[in-house]
Amino acid sequence: MTQHTQELRKLIAQELPNLDVVLAWTHGHNSLTSTPLFITTQEDLEKLDSGPMHVQNLAAYLPSLKGRKVGIVTRGCDSRTIIELLQEKLIERKNITIFGISCSGAVNIRAVRRAVNGESVRSVQADGDSITVTTNHGTHTLRMQDVLMDKCYTCTNQTPIIHDHMVIAQTADHVPGDAPQTTLDALDSMEPGERFAFWEEHMDRCIRCYACRNACPLCVCKDSCVAQSRDPHWLDQSDTPREKLMFQAIHALHSAGRCTECGECERACPMGIPVLAMKQALNRRIKHLFDYQAGMDAQSTPPLFMFRQQEENIKERDAR
Amino acid sequence: MPVLEGKELRIVGFLCNWCSYGGADTAGVGRFAQPTDLRIIKLPCTGRVNPLFVVRAFLNGADGVLVSGCHPGDCHYTAGNYYARRRLEVLRELLDVMGINPERFHYTWVSASEGQKWKQVVSDFTARIHALGPAATFTGCPAVTGQIGAAVEIGGIGETGETGMKAAG
Repeated sequence: MTQHTQELRKLIAQELPNLDVVLAWTHGHNSLTSTPLFITTQEDLEKLDSGPMHVQNLAAYLPSLKGRKVGIVTRGCDSRTIIELLQEKLIERKNITIFGISCSGAVNIRAVRRAVNGESVRSVQADGDSITVTTNHGTHTLRMQDVLMDKCYTCTNQTPIIHDHMVIAQTADHVPGDAPQTTLDALDSMEPGERFAFWEEHMDRCIRCYACRNACPLCVCKDSCVAQSRDPHWLDQSDTPREKLMFQAIHALHSAGRCTECGECERACPMGIPVLAMKQALNRRIKHLFDYQAGMDAQSTPPLFMFRQQEENIKERDAR
Repeated sequence: MPVLEGKELRIVGFLCNWCSYGGADTAGVGRFAQPTDLRIIKLPCTGRVNPLFVVRAFLNGADGVLVSGCHPGDCHYTAGNYYARRRLEVLRELLDVMGINPERFHYTWVSASEGQKWKQVVSDFTARIHALGPAATFTGCPAVTGQIGAAVEIGGIGETGETGMKAAG
């Protein structure tokens, strides 16, 4: 157990009597995986763990716990989700206690599996800049910067933007040196035709489980999702890339100006479809157009909820 | 079979009831000759244009989509076209990311009196779409997989270790 985790346990132990539940992480069914932990007693606290293997965005649970006193362990990226939820009045600040931790990057399990050529993993040891994976066939030492989640390469907030308690601030850069090519970079380097083929190939694998939607902390329509509505009938039942890509477009546009790029959609996808890149690209454009980033300020207005009569960055175009 | 089969492309136009639809009418009353590729759908306001209408149109086989409304400041509902302008700009980027050439999408402002301008917009946009040719359609995947090679690698997953991992854990 790291010093970070000890500090965190101590802080939570102090606050626990005032809280109904504290959201944190514990180890999963093996050392490569992690699972959310709902702490209500001191015994639960013993299971708490934190580190680069603990990747879930716990803020996704907050709206369903509205009205209760909730503590939550939060990294920089997750704090942006909390701010976005506060902005949309889906949660109340007075009911939430935020235990901030400084993040040095979250490990992408798929990248690790790929790096060890799919060998059966026995144990994983994260150690600062490197990660040691022991498989049935031997030991692999991987550079941390090669196996992080895509969102970590564009991360600007290692430390939570809002927090009530803070566990030792860490200042180390979480992507030392060169980062590998992300899906966003790959999309940038493609021609439109290639991109269309890229999405067709990936959407062909989609099984329409809607895990991306269910994992998304900002998908708040719940049972009223247009993907399952008959009237209007936005999507038909056919198993085609067309309908699946349409759903991704719906998700991207419904979260335009709201998405904080937490990457839960991509992480939850059982087929490994890089759905985050679509939202990242859209956010980049929104940043350029409206100088706005979601989840930075709970008092601001989302860009698609307002307008300016003179838009600085929108130019009239010619039909020719 | 229609006379123009093969010569026409499918262009969908979303027009606001108060300005651009009137402008298209004015162009008709003035008997300005226009290309016939455009299919017009009348909406109360460009603010009613859900950007997903445009995405759906493209995925259902449109070769181009045109949105036209009142000039900024002249909206019948005061601010519909201001909101639309923001949404449609965001939509342009989404089309680009999806691999639909954003040149196939255009939005503009035409008032009810601007019959001549409407003719110009339709002619120019139709010419642009004809220059781009028919839009790409989904080809059926095995063919695609061969074409894009390295790009697919990015999201590709080696889940072969999955069963073993559970056993190990």
